[in-house]
Amino acid sequence: MKNQDSLKTVNPVKQFFINYAVPILFIIMIVFAAPMSGLSPVFLINEVMTRLTRNSFLILSLLIPVLAGMGMNFGIVMGAMAGQIGLILITDWQIVGVPGILLAMLISTPIAIVFGYFTGIVLNKARGREMVTGMMLGYFMNGIYQLLVLYGMGKIIPIRDKSILLSRGYGIRNAISLDGIRQSLDNVIKLDIMGIQIPLVTLAVIALNCLFIIWFRKTKLGQDMRTVGQDMEVARMAGIDVEKTRIISIIISTVLAAYGMIIYLQNIGTINTYNSHEQIGFFAVAALLVGGASVSRASILNVFIGVVLFHTVFIVSPRAGKELIGSAQLGEYFRVFITYGVIAFSLALYAWRNRIEAENERKKAMMLRRASLQNEAEEGGNL
Amino acid sequence: MNERLKGIIENIGLPRLLIASFLLLLFIIAPFVGVRVDTSINDVIARFAMNGILVLSLFPMIKSGCGLNFGLQLGVIAGLLGAVISLEMKVTGFAGFVLAIIISIVFAIIFGYLYGLLLNKVKGEEMVVATYVGFSAVSFMSIMWLLLPFKNPDMIWAYGGEGLRTTISTEGYWHHILNDFLSFQIGSHITIPTGALLFFALLCLIVWAFFRTKAGTAMEAVGSNPDYARSCGIDVDRVRIQSVIFSTIIAALGILVYQQSFGFIQLYNAPLMMAFPAIAAILLGGASVTKVKMWNVLLGALLFQGILTMTPSVINNLIKSDMSETIRIIISNGMIVYALTRRMKVRS
Repeated sequence: MKNQDSLKTVNPVKQFFINYAVPILFIIMIVFAAPMSGLSPVFLINEVMTRLTRNSFLILSLLIPVLAGMGMNFGIVMGAMAGQIGLILITDWQIVGVPGILLAMLISTPIAIVFGYFTGIVLNKARGREMVTGMMLGYFMNGIYQLLVLYGMGKIIPIRDKSILLSRGYGIRNAISLDGIRQSLDNVIKLDIMGIQIPLVTLAVIALNCLFIIWFRKTKLGQDMRTVGQDMEVARMAGIDVEKTRIISIIISTVLAAYGMIIYLQNIGTINTYNSHEQIGFFAVAALLVGGASVSRASILNVFIGVVLFHTVFIVSPRAGKELIGSAQLGEYFRVFITYGVIAFSLALYAWRNRIEAENERKKAMMLRRASLQNEAEEGGNL
Repeated sequence: MNERLKGIIENIGLPRLLIASFLLLLFIIAPFVGVRVDTSINDVIARFAMNGILVLSLFPMIKSGCGLNFGLQLGVIAGLLGAVISLEMKVTGFAGFVLAIIISIVFAIIFGYLYGLLLNKVKGEEMVVATYVGFSAVSFMSIMWLLLPFKNPDMIWAYGGEGLRTTISTEGYWHHILNDFLSFQIGSHITIPTGALLFFALLCLIVWAFFRTKAGTAMEAVGSNPDYARSCGIDVDRVRIQSVIFSTIIAALGILVYQQSFGFIQLYNAPLMMAFPAIAAILLGGASVTKVKMWNVLLGALLFQGILTMTPSVINNLIKSDMSETIRIIISNGMIVYALTRRMKVRS
């Protein structure tokens, strides 16, 4: 904020291109790759619509921690774990359809709150390195999740349905089919406009989440979070409980991620018990960054732009790659490379800009000090 | 008395004490569940020699204040390039290994320089940026392994030969070249991989000696107080790049030693997570994000590999269930999270 005058000196057009380098790059890729892929527009729009309903909720869960100045919450994988635990249990109890989804959300809520609370406490201790700590915490909790699901379920936690257990009698299988709830949220009301399928209810749920976030930002708590995000010291002086506010932001994020994961998996229709959640954090963060968000600024619009651009590239690039180089296997590696590359690039760009600002700040402070020292010296000489 | 005990615990560090006692416990239980202690010791030594250099590679960057090298994979990739190129040239035996080392160092210098330039631009956020730079480098190289025009039939897919295999055997080239050098047996089950241990010791010595030279002291000064270092006329950015190149070279050598011992060159996604166990090991040894001593490297590598060797065999026999992988995930990542939450002094 303080550096706006120093930034103004930079050419605004150049500034725009630097700020939105990633989205611009993606648009260029789509412009070239889409015609090359040979996919029909209807097919493409349908695919993008599927990805939009599948992923948006998850990515929205990243917004609140950004508001609180905690950066990209790679810890949403823990929310995803909570969602998966809910889904495993309702699959075991054979509760199908929308009630099943609602029950899974209900079960995952307390688990996500506990995970979120724990994450919040850890991140408060790792101030200034929230992102890398959140990511490592995700890996760590993956071990706890395995302990629970691979060793606890069927032993300590009773599982009635033997078909989802491993043959040894305990531990959940690597893949569970969610036949009971497969796309049941998407199919409640599904419009068909010129061959394009629109799952109205899922979109409504996503819209509801957007409304929640808009409303939340305006509440006292939301305002406090913004203050904490801008300057922790100022917030503390204003009487805001900084630690608590940060923990709450992570709890909200984790709970939303749990719901997001349930929506994601009901659309896909199967859980890869030990893999589904692992990549979620990366893909969600990458999509948000592609939408033009940065570590300190992310809006709802960024989410939707991000999903559309990111996933369009994913849909068209393997086909285009096959046409160009003749190898479909490359597609998968390319997807992963793009995901990691986008995150690396965006985070580096952000840190770089912060660095330049800090450097300018430092130089200015030094100059001021030198000037005041000179004044003092002159005054001393005069005396 | 209580105070003194507290002091001792503080000195060694609670996590180390816990892990060391856990390891000791595993060794005590081992014979009762039918696990041979001597083969276990043999495995621990072999894995210590195999992984130690990767742990050591983190040393220069921690010293220079660049933090934990989450981008260790760049060094690993340099090592992999050296390995596959030396195999492509079909140079076998000791000459092949030396060739691999030379090629790796060349790549490591290039990668380390660019990586160092980047890390200088993102001071304060090195770790998170490094993680994703490492990840993207591994996935980029996955594409390259498919596309690069390697011809040696030992390395490319047998049918429809496009691209390199996921694992390439070093058999017939430089398999166990260091491990078997001057190796000897103790009893019937313990083989000491003398060459690999000597190589590790040599590198430790080089690093140790380097930090006693003028350049090394400068590097340490940059890490402990960059402002002071700058006022002493040290080019902070340059020294940081040197440390990154140094770390990357050691990591490249580390993966070569790993491969000759393991017997395979693992490509594609294999290096993706390689930074984490090395980081966990050095932290387990008592290093922090900003402080490290040589004994942290040695103790850490030994304890960490000890746990990795002993938990599968002992725990599996004890409870008849393979929980080793889960325990490994919890210990290594838990260690890293623990270290990241420790207070560190604010850098400029």
